[in-house]
Amino acid sequence: MRTVDLLVIGGGSAGMAAAIQAKKEGINDILIVERDENLGGILNQCIHNGFGLTEFKEELSGPEYLARFVSQVEELKIPYMTSSMVIDMTREKIVTISSKKEGVFKIKAKAIVMATGCYERGAGAIQIPGDRCSGIITAGTAQKYLNIHGYLCGKRVVILGSGDIGLIMARRLTLEGAKVICVSEIMPYSNGLNRNIAQCLNDYNIPLYLSRSVSKVIGKDRLEKVILSAVDEKMQFIPGTEMEIECDTLILSVGLIPYISLLDYIDCPTSSTKGAKVNEHMETMIEGIFSAGNCLHVHDVVDFVTDEGRLAGHGAAEYLKGEFKRGEKIVVTPKDGISYVVPQEINKDNEEDVTFKFRVRKPVKDVNLIIESNGELVAKMFKPVLIPSEMVMVKLSKDKLANVDKEVSLRLEER
Amino acid sequence: MERFDVLIIGAGVTGAMIARNLAKYDVKVALLDKENDVGNLTSNANSAIIHSGYDPLPGTNKAKFNVLGNKMFDEICEDLDVNFYRVGSLTVALYDEQLPLLKELAERSKQNGVEVKLLSAEEVKKMEPNINPNVKGALFAPTAGIVDVFNFVVHAVENAVDNGVKLFLNEEVTSIVKEGEYYKVKTQKEEFYSKVVINAAGCYADKIASMVEPIDWKITPRKGEYFVLDHYKEGLVNHVIFPLPSEKGKGILVTMTTSGNYLVGPSSELTDEKDDYRTDPPTLKNVRAQASEMVPSIPFNQVIRVFAGNRPTCTRHDFVIEYSKKDKNFINVGGIESPGFVSSPAIGEYVVEQLVKPILSMKEKANYNPKVRKYHRLYNEMREDNYKFSNEHLNYSEIICNCEKVTLGEILDVLSRSNPPHSVKALKRRTRAGFGKCQGGFCQPRVVLILAKYYGVSPLEINYDGEFSPILLEKIKGGR
Ligand SMILES: Cc1cc2nc3c(=O)[nH]c(=O)nc-3n(C[C@H](O)[C@H](O)[C@H](O)COP(=O)(O)OP(=O)(O)OC[C@H]3O[C@@H](n4cnc5c(N)ncnc54)[C@H](O)[C@@H]3O)c2cc1C
Ligand SMILES: Cc1cc2nc3c(=O)[nH]c(=O)nc-3n(C[C@H](O)[C@H](O)[C@H](O)COP(=O)(O)OP(=O)(O)OC[C@H]3O[C@@H](n4cnc5c(N)ncnc54)[C@H](O)[C@@H]3O)c2cc1C
Repeated sequence: MRTVDLLVIGGGSAGMAAAIQAKKEGINDILIVERDENLGGILNQCIHNGFGLTEFKEELSGPEYLARFVSQVEELKIPYMTSSMVIDMTREKIVTISSKKEGVFKIKAKAIVMATGCYERGAGAIQIPGDRCSGIITAGTAQKYLNIHGYLCGKRVVILGSGDIGLIMARRLTLEGAKVICVSEIMPYSNGLNRNIAQCLNDYNIPLYLSRSVSKVIGKDRLEKVILSAVDEKMQFIPGTEMEIECDTLILSVGLIPYISLLDYIDCPTSSTKGAKVNEHMETMIEGIFSAGNCLHVHDVVDFVTDEGRLAGHGAAEYLKGEFKRGEKIVVTPKDGISYVVPQEINKDNEEDVTFKFRVRKPVKDVNLIIESNGELVAKMFKPVLIPSEMVMVKLSKDKLANVDKEVSLRLEER
Repeated sequence: MERFDVLIIGAGVTGAMIARNLAKYDVKVALLDKENDVGNLTSNANSAIIHSGYDPLPGTNKAKFNVLGNKMFDEICEDLDVNFYRVGSLTVALYDEQLPLLKELAERSKQNGVEVKLLSAEEVKKMEPNINPNVKGALFAPTAGIVDVFNFVVHAVENAVDNGVKLFLNEEVTSIVKEGEYYKVKTQKEEFYSKVVINAAGCYADKIASMVEPIDWKITPRKGEYFVLDHYKEGLVNHVIFPLPSEKGKGILVTMTTSGNYLVGPSSELTDEKDDYRTDPPTLKNVRAQASEMVPSIPFNQVIRVFAGNRPTCTRHDFVIEYSKKDKNFINVGGIESPGFVSSPAIGEYVVEQLVKPILSMKEKANYNPKVRKYHRLYNEMREDNYKFSNEHLNYSEIICNCEKVTLGEILDVLSRSNPPHSVKALKRRTRAGFGKCQGGFCQPRVVLILAKYYGVSPLEINYDGEFSPILLEKIKGGR
């Protein structure tokens, strides 16, 4: 059987960063496996600007951003295989690869970084009421048709969900001559970044309806109309609030979910992010298997994905070199007002600062973020505004961590 | 103008099995359907259970054909290369007052000639660890099974076509008149002439039958709504789990499918529209509540799709399988509601041997082949011998659908067959590309391009389902 020291599954931003980092730390026997024809992942289809502000202090398009990493992979001579998909995996890190050029084969890895990205929730997952017609499509798929293949999936479009991809598609479709009638969001607030609402909707006079969702889709062959209804606090449709809109397309931007089927095969524990549960090295609960990027938790800014990829690559390198310290475990839990925290576990003997990444449950103003351990305050920070669509990062220095025992939790407190 | 001996209206499972049985004989057969693919309506949206036959009232057509049909599935599925597993069914009583009903069902099974066993609560819990712990007992029917309904119909038609049957899709029958020895069957596009006409039009069978004479039966579709769950960990249920049946049907069941998904449903409400496949939240909520009563731990967060199917429920409460009153050369096979799928092989045989043979002289063909060309799948329970095939045919290691691990080789294979897919949905039905957790989010663009290339048309012409259901509407300037 073929063997490799570090196998990176997925050659998107997270996977490339992990491989580059591990190589820089002296790991030479690496293989990146990517199922698409090219490295780069989802960024290949994100032709808009807005990438790299933190990483390069420049505003790049998706393909420009990824090209910088592809060239590092090439320069560092890190082996990669494209049009090759990992289709199975065991806890012993024996991985089955199905490759266009090389057929199906197994390879045994000493360490693995899972960087398989995410997928979009679609019409089935949100159980849209009404007919089963064509013309209902997820935002990312519509983006791929348009930006990669050059086809418009609709001319009169309603967008459901105000996630970033939906917002970006509203602008992109408008520029290509489609009429975007409105964006409808079931929550009382948008799930997109504020800059996207300003630049993609407001600049083009596209209305955003909040607390409103699709109560029915109507169409025999192709979509003909949708009915939008207001919802109450329990997300139930309010009769009498129906708006009938004629359209040929409904674009769904209703959420991204970590794509971790491979980890499911090996019963790898997951967290409330729907990705794997990890420690501060981005190591899952299975030793030597690491995870980073959108398959760990869904990110809105690629620069942070790159960063997380490096963290996983660093962890894998230390693990392979046997420099990995495993002390007593400190469990990290999200409490009041916080939906998730990454990582979910810290090694007590950790010798580095730890960054907690988390999201809030709903938009809040003027709150204190409280970090506690066994009822004792570890840190307290004032936060003027926090919204669910923006991931928050807070660093806890290793000195502060020294005072922490067994458990640590994060919560919000109103002032 | 080509003239046929037998023309079948409807390429659902009933029409498909009639066609396949006719294909053994030296007669000219046409199989017509108004849809863009075979098996696109009721045969595409049901529970996919090969019922044992414990439930239909003794002496009915339903009882007779169900029991006969069930026994025929092993051989047919072998010949047609279709997944079929006899997993057995459990009809569970959750309350003490239901126990006498279980006994009654056991008695009915005996009369129908179906092997069953009454189980104690403890026995049920051992077989189904996730069942409601208050379960009082169950009726176990070991011969019940699950089948891949999509490929059952697709491969049956393919096999019929390989043996000489002519398939016509997108042909909606609008009128039928007898002209001398022949029936003239008109569609929205053209005219067909045939000596014998078989009406297997599912929910529309009453409409078709009324084209030749007044009838005393009527079909009112009864809609069933379902949840499909992703490939969840094995063992949520190990058998088909039914509640006790009522006059509305067999009730809401929980089962695994042949592809390792789970199916929860169906509801049962009458609908006036024959083509109403809408799903609605209150009905689904009710399905969820009832199913959860039997199996409390169903992970509804794993739902990847909801759908609805229409049972062709007939005022006679039984299958209508008979000559028309006026003329033996017109045969009605209508009201084929559940257990219609399991009954189909027996119905197909009966219609051909008992109804067609007496009115048409037919000889067996010497070169009839009951088997379809072998289908190869990369991802068939991860068997090593599949890898060997993939390594010899590299198309079979190029993955197109990530979730279901469908390869380019499989897609090109189904395209090259005699009953090929013309739409994204038809391709999905055959290969499972787009059937997984992302529901085509990743693979649909690839599938559209493969279809366009294969048929030599623009991607704008590729439909999701019917002839007027395009996915893409315009090519942008500067687009490739
Ligand atoms: C539409 C969209 C717009 C965005 N806009 C912005 C923006 O404006 N600014 C910004 O900063 N960020 C933006 N982001 C966020 C950021 O770009 C992404 O979160 C980031 O690129 C994700 O990187 P990743 O490596 O985790 O995942 P991906 O880029 O999705 O990479 C995962 C890779 O793994 C491969 N893979 C998966 N499974 C397997 C397997 N089994 N075998 C082999 N390979 C596999 C996939 O093919 C893919 O290439 C956007 C994201 C999206 C989706
Ligand atoms: C919710 C539900 C659950 C079920 N569960 C089971 C089960 O578990 N086990 C089981 O054995 N059975 C089950 N059944 C029953 C089974 O699905 C049906 O009995 C069977 O599929 C009927 O097949 P058919 O070919 O008669 O009808 P259909 O599959 O509906 O085929 C009829 C065909 O006729 C065509 N047609 C109609 N009008 C015209 C026209 N004018 N011109 C040309 N073509 C026309 C249609 O397009 C259609 O393709 C279930 C049914 C439902 C709805």
